[in-house]
Amino acid sequence: MSVDVQRRRMLCASTGIALCAALGAGLSARAEEKVIRVSARKFVFTPSEIALKKGEPVVFEFTTQDVFMGFNLPEFKTRSDIVPGKVMRMPLTPDRAGTFTFLCDVFCGDGHESMSGKIVVT
Amino acid sequence: MTIDRRQFLKLSALGGGAVFASSLAGCASMSAGEPDFYFVQLSDTHWGFSGPAVNPDARGTLPKAIAAVNALSVEPDFIVFTGDLTHTTDDPVERRKRLKEFKEIASGLKNKTVHFMAGEHDAALDNGAAWKEFFGETHYTFDHKGVHFIAVDNVSDPAARIGEEQLAWLKADLARQPKDARIVVLTHRPLFDLAPEWDWATRDGAQAIDMLMPFSNVTVFYGHIHQENHQMTGHIAHHSAKSLIFPLPAPKSQPKRDPIKWDAAAPYRGLGFREVEAEAKDAKYDIKEMPVVKA
Ligand SMILES: [Cu+2]
Ligand SMILES: [Fe+2]
Repeated sequence: MSVDVQRRRMLCASTGIALCAALGAGLSARAEEKVIRVSARKFVFTPSEIALKKGEPVVFEFTTQDVFMGFNLPEFKTRSDIVPGKVMRMPLTPDRAGTFTFLCDVFCGDGHESMSGKIVVT
Repeated sequence: MTIDRRQFLKLSALGGGAVFASSLAGCASMSAGEPDFYFVQLSDTHWGFSGPAVNPDARGTLPKAIAAVNALSVEPDFIVFTGDLTHTTDDPVERRKRLKEFKEIASGLKNKTVHFMAGEHDAALDNGAAWKEFFGETHYTFDHKGVHFIAVDNVSDPAARIGEEQLAWLKADLARQPKDARIVVLTHRPLFDLAPEWDWATRDGAQAIDMLMPFSNVTVFYGHIHQENHQMTGHIAHHSAKSLIFPLPAPKSQPKRDPIKWDAAAPYRGLGFREVEAEAKDAKYDIKEMPVVKA
């Protein structure tokens, strides 16, 4: 996970001390914390298909390339705003296997309805 | 002009549509003596939409529906549009043009008592600013022949929230109603989690439902999902209406909620409006679905 660590350092450089400290704490507690970066733009998530392992904790990091968006994973009753200019973090430990839809839940224009993807948990 | 239920059902039978009776538990003692009436619900007209594969008559469907309403043999007491009057656009000038055109077309309704509501397509990109210029407040109440109507806005916030302020307003309004008041809630999105994975929900809708629960006679009419759907949360019935632009698949019936394609063999199938007869005697609502064009 050296790429993640490297990336997190870069993130620290760009997002300031408070977040940096939080990330650092998370890092020392769980050195192997798996980060899934998801980028949003009208009207797609990249990646739009995400493979996860049952019981394995991950942290999503959301960014948007244009407007305010949302990431909603109804089956796990969890969501996050995706705010322009920020990296939004959302932890998830999938407790069951299957294919689960995620979607943008903040109306973002003509095409919003098709802005979705899936998480495949094995 | 008032009609009684038997007369209404006879008219319904002539139209050939199915009648869905929404019967509510609890007594509506206060409504004794109030006359029956009926209103018409139209929804999701999406003026400005273009997509010939799903509706090659996108500019003709709304005028046809209005002609059909004007041709009803018994005039409704009033008409309500439950949102998505226009199809969304990023361009604020185009948004206003669509709202203006929609309003002009709707002014062709013979019945001049019309209550408009916004949908996320009209209002979510500018928090309802353009919509309000044409139609006024996005949430309001009115009373009609013993029924208290509450129009709830769950679309001006792009995150599909009613919001603290409006919830406080709703709470204050409900505090003035007796527990057996006949209450009809009009809204755009489902207030309950019908299909959250398709964005068919209201993020804080449960708070509104909780506030309504102590009232014995509550019925919700909404739009957004472009099809009829009838569900209960406790004793509260929720009835979604058809669209006047394209139908959508049944909740969770397929992976994506893509619009149902136009069928040249059955034009306007799945589209329509509805009549709702409010029956005072037992706080009952009879719903009759009407097609855009008669077969
Ligand atoms: Cu809608
Ligand atoms: Fe709609």
